[in-house]
Amino acid sequence: MTENIKIKKLIDDNQVLLFMKGNPKFPQCGFSSLACQVLDACGSKYETFDVLLDPEVREGIKLYSNWPTIPQLYIKGEFVGGADIIKEMYESGELTKLISQG
Amino acid sequence: MLLASQIEDVINKNLDCTFIKVKGDDGTHFEAIIVSTLFEDKSIIKQHQMVYQALGDMMRQEIHALSMKTLTPEQWKNN
Repeated sequence: MTENIKIKKLIDDNQVLLFMKGNPKFPQCGFSSLACQVLDACGSKYETFDVLLDPEVREGIKLYSNWPTIPQLYIKGEFVGGADIIKEMYESGELTKLISQG
Repeated sequence: MLLASQIEDVINKNLDCTFIKVKGDDGTHFEAIIVSTLFEDKSIIKQHQMVYQALGDMMRQEIHALSMKTLTPEQWKNN
């Protein structure tokens, strides 16, 4: 339960938040790296959380969103998707729109 | 080692697919195209969740990453 409260707070406190493996400078997985590249291309500020540093959040976030993989992007408290969806939404222009509405 | 064809079989068994193709030969990273009428009127998040659901424990334990594209038969025809 405690990690759930922690996750909720993280998501609520950060307008655009990416749960990833590693950080934008040193991503530890190709999909996390791709997610960062897409967000960089959107040109908007975003925060990241490195799940490799927190095993409870790493498992907890999968239950929170009913999504078994990392990365996971949250915008304004809503789960947006993993790497495939982020990329698809970027290509269609939807992601830039969603972020810039902030 | 986990084969792309095994993933294909599991998804096919648990989700009614019009078309499915899974690629990948390193045993942990896979790419899939899945077409199903069940995706109609569902958000893309929901569609991917349905595929993850079909894979069950396999997704949590054996597959490191599954990159996927989900389409309805209509979208597939126009793709």
